Amino acid sequence: MADIRTRLGDWTLDNPIIPASGTFGFGQEFAKLYDINILGSFSFKGTTKEPRFGNPTPRIAECTAGMINSVGLANPGIDKVIAGELPKLRGIFKKPVIANISGFSIDEYKYCCERIDKEDGIGIIEVNISCPNVHAGGMAFGTSPEAAAEVTRAVKSVTTKPVYMKLSPNVTSIVDIAKSCEAAGADGIALINTLLGMKIDIKRRKPVVANKMGGFSGPAIFPVAVRMVYQVYEAVKIPIIGMGGVASAEDVIEMMMAGASAVEIGAMNLTEPGICPKIIGELPGLCDSLGIENITDIIGAAHC
Amino acid sequence: MNGVINDMEQIFTLTKNTPIAKDVYRAVLRGDTSRITVPGQFVNVKLDGFFLRRPISVCDWTIPFMGDEGELTLIYKVVGKGTDAMSRLKEGAELSVLTGLGHGFDVSASGKRPLLVGGGVGTPPMYGLAKKLVRAGISVDVILGFNTAEDVFLADEFEALNDLYEFGCEGFEGKKPEVRVYLATVSGETGTKGFVTDCVPKIGECTHYYACGPIPMLKALKAKMAETFPGTEGELSLEERMGCGFGACVGCSVETASGFKKVCTDGPVFPAAEVFCE
Repeated sequence: MADIRTRLGDWTLDNPIIPASGTFGFGQEFAKLYDINILGSFSFKGTTKEPRFGNPTPRIAECTAGMINSVGLANPGIDKVIAGELPKLRGIFKKPVIANISGFSIDEYKYCCERIDKEDGIGIIEVNISCPNVHAGGMAFGTSPEAAAEVTRAVKSVTTKPVYMKLSPNVTSIVDIAKSCEAAGADGIALINTLLGMKIDIKRRKPVVANKMGGFSGPAIFPVAVRMVYQVYEAVKIPIIGMGGVASAEDVIEMMMAGASAVEIGAMNLTEPGICPKIIGELPGLCDSLGIENITDIIGAAHC
Repeated sequence: MNGVINDMEQIFTLTKNTPIAKDVYRAVLRGDTSRITVPGQFVNVKLDGFFLRRPISVCDWTIPFMGDEGELTLIYKVVGKGTDAMSRLKEGAELSVLTGLGHGFDVSASGKRPLLVGGGVGTPPMYGLAKKLVRAGISVDVILGFNTAEDVFLADEFEALNDLYEFGCEGFEGKKPEVRVYLATVSGETGTKGFVTDCVPKIGECTHYYACGPIPMLKALKAKMAETFPGTEGELSLEERMGCGFGACVGCSVETASGFKKVCTDGPVFPAAEVFCE
């Protein structure tokens, strides 16, 4: 049987499957459904300095082969996460977890990462730079190479844990952003976050979500994600976590052949709660049928 | 592994799917209902070709017994493409259903004369609740509100609960429990002309109330009950667009008097005092 272990830097994961931030809470709900220790790891809910209710509801809309969310980083705030959620998480999850951190200013990123740096059981800090910079007219940090680099440097200055920058696809050149993050010291790149999208209710003649637009995710975005992972893999040497519309074991292999060392699965967790155990179960047989002995052999295999 | 995990995700087989009012259908499904324990819970149904599941309240259910599967009754309205597709499903169709979701009604809080209020497509969960209360020997008042006569459904079934006598079920006063049904239609074609709140003054006594229906109805009812039966507590079943339906994605949050809660897991039933507080 194929070996489906993979590596992110010095960290060896039992398999490449990582539920994406925002779709898995802090593990408690899914732990009632299956043993979450079968996962490679998981990325917990995007955490900010202050507690946030998030955006007004409705904040979920359905699209063809996907969905839009405008949840808006609803979370209890870093202090409650560290004091409350992390100890509970460590009680049910025995592997390193990925800490997803968001911020609306450089100081907020530093504040959160300083505190996460002191915690045990954190494998990677995944920095979400799709957030608007409130000090720069609300432009998302991840839309400019300079801003992305500034966040990278700021976070690297306050932690010794591996820092992976999670990139937004809503940019002119994701390769420029990725290269800028690598040059600024990032240990890895995670991509893609959601595409900015909108769904209009034609009976009510207005957008479905109260925030008007939101993040579009699900199988429809998979080809965009694959393309971007492929392009970033050619441009950087640091490891890549790929995500965006992954819905099957075949998708995982495709994403890894594009250049991902590990793969996050997001929207599918909402509609098919058993998707991650299902894919983990299918991967060894799929690898065997494709002549893959070690899944790490095919990282970037689609490049000539 | 085929992805069926824990007992939350079950495959149900559709045995009936019939129209019962304008754009309203009753679906009966056979499968493992053991996670459904309380009226007011809901299920999340996967439909081919649609990404998100459809959350639908449980109208009624039977438990699996002696090797026989349980039966789940859902009543739903065709409001969009998903429910339209559901209405076209034929007998024998197999559906993936997440069951036993949500925090339901508190039957133990009823007191001896509870009031149940259902507005439009909020009516189905009140039926399962009425049945449970009657089986416990408790008499109930039921107010149902609809737009027009062709929208009305379940009124006869509520009346029929008067015949649901079970041995030993003598109730609080040592006699057979009674179900009194009051109907309101906005058009006035049948029942009282107006809204469910127009029927509230007809209720003699109310020890507790339970309601499900559109948000404006719930708000108006809460206010009317505070005026007519001050001090009487109630429970309201809310709805919100959901992502997962089981508490992982935080899409369906609501502000309550005790902070933010998830409609899918902390609700859909909330104490009336906790919601619509502004």
